[in-house]
Amino acid sequence: MSDHELELKSIQYRKHILKYIKMAGAGHTGGSLSCVDILNVLYNRILRVSPETFEDADRDRYLQSKGHSVEALYVVLAERGFFPESDLETLCGYESHYVGHPTRKVRGIEHNTGALGHGLSVSVGVALAGKMDDADYRVFTLLGDGELAEGSNWESAMAASNYKLDNLTAIVDWNTLQITGRTKDVCKTDPLDDKFVAFGWSVADVPGHDLKALGEVLGRAPFEKGKPSLIIARTTKGKGVSFMEDVGKWHHGVPNDDEYAAAIRELESAEAVLKGEKISV
Amino acid sequence: MGRPNQDVVAETLLELARADKDVLVLTSDSRGSGKLVPFGKELPEQIVEIGIAEQNLVGMAAGLASAGKRVFGVSPACFLTARSLEQIKNDVAYSDRPVTLIGISAGVSYGALGSTHHSIHDFAVLRAVNNIDIVAPADNVETREAILAAAKAERPVYLRFGKVPVPDLHPEGTPFRIGRAITLRHGDDVVFVGCGETVCHAVAAADLLSKKGVSAGVISMHTVKPLDAETLLAAAKNCRALVTVEEHSVHGGLGEACAAALMEAGVSVPFRIVGIPDEYTVTGKQADIFRHYGISAQGLYDAATGLLEA
Ligand SMILES: [Mg+2]
Repeated sequence: MSDHELELKSIQYRKHILKYIKMAGAGHTGGSLSCVDILNVLYNRILRVSPETFEDADRDRYLQSKGHSVEALYVVLAERGFFPESDLETLCGYESHYVGHPTRKVRGIEHNTGALGHGLSVSVGVALAGKMDDADYRVFTLLGDGELAEGSNWESAMAASNYKLDNLTAIVDWNTLQITGRTKDVCKTDPLDDKFVAFGWSVADVPGHDLKALGEVLGRAPFEKGKPSLIIARTTKGKGVSFMEDVGKWHHGVPNDDEYAAAIRELESAEAVLKGEKISV
Repeated sequence: MGRPNQDVVAETLLELARADKDVLVLTSDSRGSGKLVPFGKELPEQIVEIGIAEQNLVGMAAGLASAGKRVFGVSPACFLTARSLEQIKNDVAYSDRPVTLIGISAGVSYGALGSTHHSIHDFAVLRAVNNIDIVAPADNVETREAILAAAKAERPVYLRFGKVPVPDLHPEGTPFRIGRAITLRHGDDVVFVGCGETVCHAVAAADLLSKKGVSAGVISMHTVKPLDAETLLAAAKNCRALVTVEEHSVHGGLGEACAAALMEAGVSVPFRIVGIPDEYTVTGKQADIFRHYGISAQGLYDAATGLLEA
């Protein structure tokens, strides 16, 4: 898949995220928009997993620890063919499996998450099993920056380096915001790179909406043999919709009709520009 | 007298692990208290030391199980079911991973160490968590069978054990199934329904009562969830008093589970729950605490006669 097609997918995913959040009247808009480029690159460039191989023991695993940004995961999985996109019309509805946090009732989802500070531990377990079995699958997990205040993450971080899990890559969606405000004001996690290095990880920093850079950094994990890898993805909450970008209220804000129309217009014009550039080349 | 149930746990786990390299035991700096040092020496590749990090132990257990490992998490019950309750709820039970969690030194086994080290809440909290079985075996036979059953269960199971020698209650080969109580003796006057290390005291109380001409039955309700309501109701319909006994708070445990089953079935029988009352728990050896709260032959004798004479 070309870089250009990947760029177009990101816009498409953003439109879908907004569409289904709007339809459901609920969702984690800001965080889904901040992590969707990471998911795009993972599912279209990096992960060796597809609807056909999802049950295979040697598939790559992706566990989304920041479960609340599930809408991003749903739209990517739908587009990759794990389930029909129309299923998302039931998002957050009565008896729908498409609830506000990932569950294994939805095809393509590896683990039930939503309570923060769980995904890394479980990923460490999966990665350790891979080492024990000499399997060549890799494990990726996505954490929120606010989530890092959960102490359980640091238990898992120690275990991952203790067991030399270089088949494990954790990505932090470093959008600098959480529900109450700036992460640095709520519970400072900086300097995150130094912390993880001290915990025995190998760390990289990447602009989190640069698909090429994301592809490059994810592609070269593990960064060091015998060490788990951490990627700090510098993202913007609400990315792609100017009035949502870096604004705390969009953490789980649902756009009204006017806001929704404006957001879609903005994404469609970005899409047109992208397509136009392609034609003019 | 039999051996401590925990010795049997360790021995049975070693046997399972020898036969299957995917069997893993996870410990949180607890292999000593779990009697798992010989296991670690013989099968070092199959014991995973997590360190003092129970949340991570349970999360990792779920991850390992999802990748095909047959995982037994062994950690003191007090920490395992409190510190890592959310991991049990979400990563094991809700995510439906076939992990067996083994709470060691359960109840008031660490009686003298104070309430930080008591687990008299574990039945209550886990009863309210969907998709996990709760089993408290009474003797060495039940212990071995419970471990073997959990290994085959392909679903989340919580087992809890104590650390002192317990009397043998059943002959080898006694049929055992999770969710199916074992009737040790039938009784027409009073029936004791107990679990774990309290059952032997119910048996001793039944002996005292029978010397007085009172017919006392004993049921080992080793599985607290799913409760064997059928056995309970059959016994309750044929006696004049029913006493439950457990090494647990009187709130939310076996007794309340039985009370609910009886009431919902419309079976009314003079009824008493013996356990640890809702107060600052007295300390001392497990036996001291048991005696203090009437989890003893005499205490249960008194509870039964009190109901029968009322
Ligand atoms: Mg954030």
